[in-house]
Amino acid sequence: MELMSNLADGFAVALTWQNLALALMGCFLGTIMGALPGLGPSNGVAILIPLAFTLGLGATPSLILLTSVYYGAMYGGRISSILLNIPGDEPAMMTCLDGYPMAQQGRAGEALALSGIASFVGAFFATWGLVLLAPQLVKVALLFGPAEYFALFALAFATLGGISSTNQAKSAFAAALGLGLAMIGVDTQTGVPRFTFGEVHLYDGIDFLVAIVGLFALSEVFIFLEHRGTDQDISTKPKMVIGRIVPTWSLIRSCIPTMGRTTVLGFVAGVLPGAGASLGSFISYSMEKRLVDRKGTFGKGDPRGVAAPETGNNAAAGGALVPMLALGVPGSGTTAVLLAVLLALNITPGPLLFTQNPDVVWGLIAALFIGNVMLLAMNIPMVGLFTRVLLVPPRILMPIVAMISFVGIYGISGSSFDLMVMVGFGVMGWVLRKLDVPLVPVILGTLLGNEMEVNFRRAVNIANGDYSVLISSPLTILLWTIAVIGFVLPILVGGLIRRRMRMARDAEGGVRD
Amino acid sequence: MSDRIFGGIGLILAVFYAWQASVIQESFLTDAVGPKMFPYIIAAVMGLSSIYFLLKPDPEPHWPRAGRLAEIGFAVLVLFAYAQVLPELGFVISTALAATYLTWRLGSRPLESVVIGIGTSVGIYVVFRLLLGLSLARGPFGF
Repeated sequence: MELMSNLADGFAVALTWQNLALALMGCFLGTIMGALPGLGPSNGVAILIPLAFTLGLGATPSLILLTSVYYGAMYGGRISSILLNIPGDEPAMMTCLDGYPMAQQGRAGEALALSGIASFVGAFFATWGLVLLAPQLVKVALLFGPAEYFALFALAFATLGGISSTNQAKSAFAAALGLGLAMIGVDTQTGVPRFTFGEVHLYDGIDFLVAIVGLFALSEVFIFLEHRGTDQDISTKPKMVIGRIVPTWSLIRSCIPTMGRTTVLGFVAGVLPGAGASLGSFISYSMEKRLVDRKGTFGKGDPRGVAAPETGNNAAAGGALVPMLALGVPGSGTTAVLLAVLLALNITPGPLLFTQNPDVVWGLIAALFIGNVMLLAMNIPMVGLFTRVLLVPPRILMPIVAMISFVGIYGISGSSFDLMVMVGFGVMGWVLRKLDVPLVPVILGTLLGNEMEVNFRRAVNIANGDYSVLISSPLTILLWTIAVIGFVLPILVGGLIRRRMRMARDAEGGVRD
Repeated sequence: MSDRIFGGIGLILAVFYAWQASVIQESFLTDAVGPKMFPYIIAAVMGLSSIYFLLKPDPEPHWPRAGRLAEIGFAVLVLFAYAQVLPELGFVISTALAATYLTWRLGSRPLESVVIGIGTSVGIYVVFRLLLGLSLARGPFGF
């Protein structure tokens, strides 16, 4: 049982007082970040990365902290969905549909507890899926040469827009923009400066952490400035009675089949490139509605309608870690940010990670199990505390977010120049969001640009300048085919799914995006 | 219209990028592909998608009115100024100023803003400098 001994080693790594404390802190912060509207998993992790660095944490502790935040945010999103009918983050959107009606019926406590259990089930079994599937994927990935890697990166970009993307040309533009930014600096292979305009600060290239924090966190501040006064003020909403926190056993039992099905579905959606947690929760809800909604109770406060999306999105969050760890290619926004953590720590994710840094991988996985148990323990009895955090108005919260972003970036570099670049990225992020250009491909481009170019050049150089090597092996042809299908399919069927998602939201009414 | 303008800017950016790629000084020791090829591919993708925006623009996004646009512009200026004065004035003073401005613009009352601004700054200082030991910018007074 190699697997079990690996896992045991992982627990040995994770079970130190420092790591346990970090996991606890991460779970707590993550839940808060997930719960607060306007602060989702990607912003949350993005703000904390520079801080993890300046604190001088090692690779495994940093990863434990940040993935706990990631899992925590997935739990936290449901709280504001249920109590306020405002999703705390994107994947929690579907939880509003049945969670809020349950709260209106005075069953908020039950809904919160049930969704906490559903989150636990989804995340727990998805972590097992990660344990079982990732090593298998690693075996496949070991067959990859430079040409295959180049194709794999192209596939990641082609599918990142995902099924629900609005405009594939905009995803392509965003990817090109990110890749273009990554080219700035001294070329690693020949040592010539590129796109530096003689500016010495640019010789090392643009630090991707600066780009990430600017694009995600600061642009959010600008969005709030733009919408000030027009948003519904949270504190004026009627206060919900939480009610009993412990759900009855019969209620949980009635949701077991739902949780089972949606765990599998969510996990698969997470592993597939370009899908991620939002789609995981969406298809889980739609499937359950079709399967078990015989009396038309879905959308009117059916507990199964709360369990389905919550299990789905947490299972997808675990599934999304599989390609990120095993291939080094993230399939969603937050895992792209987690990839930044690895790269910034000089750890190259991908198949070699499992052989070279097994302590990192298995320590992380063990930490996920521990974090999950902590989250379950934290999220049921302490849910009242988190609901109080929701009352902090954005006018106080957003300046804190902005200032902490500056602290993190200044802590890494200590240069005013980087801070100005970050503000520049914040503005760019705001403009791109207004124009509906997705930000995740930009981030992924700046992260993977150099690696992608290195593989491209290595492949062609080995073949003595013959470009046809890029599509010569069966594996590359397969990857390119999937990439093309992944890029074209949303153009054909994307409109349909988007309409469904919008209809589901409109049916409920009053949910802002 | 916005998408058309965006496409136009994108196209200019792509051409500029390709031109900048073409003037990269190649060293005598180069590989079969060289440092220019990949940037050319990027410029091509950027150019093609920009042409698509020009031809098939999306519906107009909801732009804020001029007042709100100025609001964002001022916030950007304040943040730029913050980046500049941070090493001069030190963390606590500059952060208090910037946070006061931001919370005031986000809807706090003036006096309240000053309290929130100072509270934010001191709070971050206590947590990150005193508890976690991070190095923040030091001003003339050592904080």
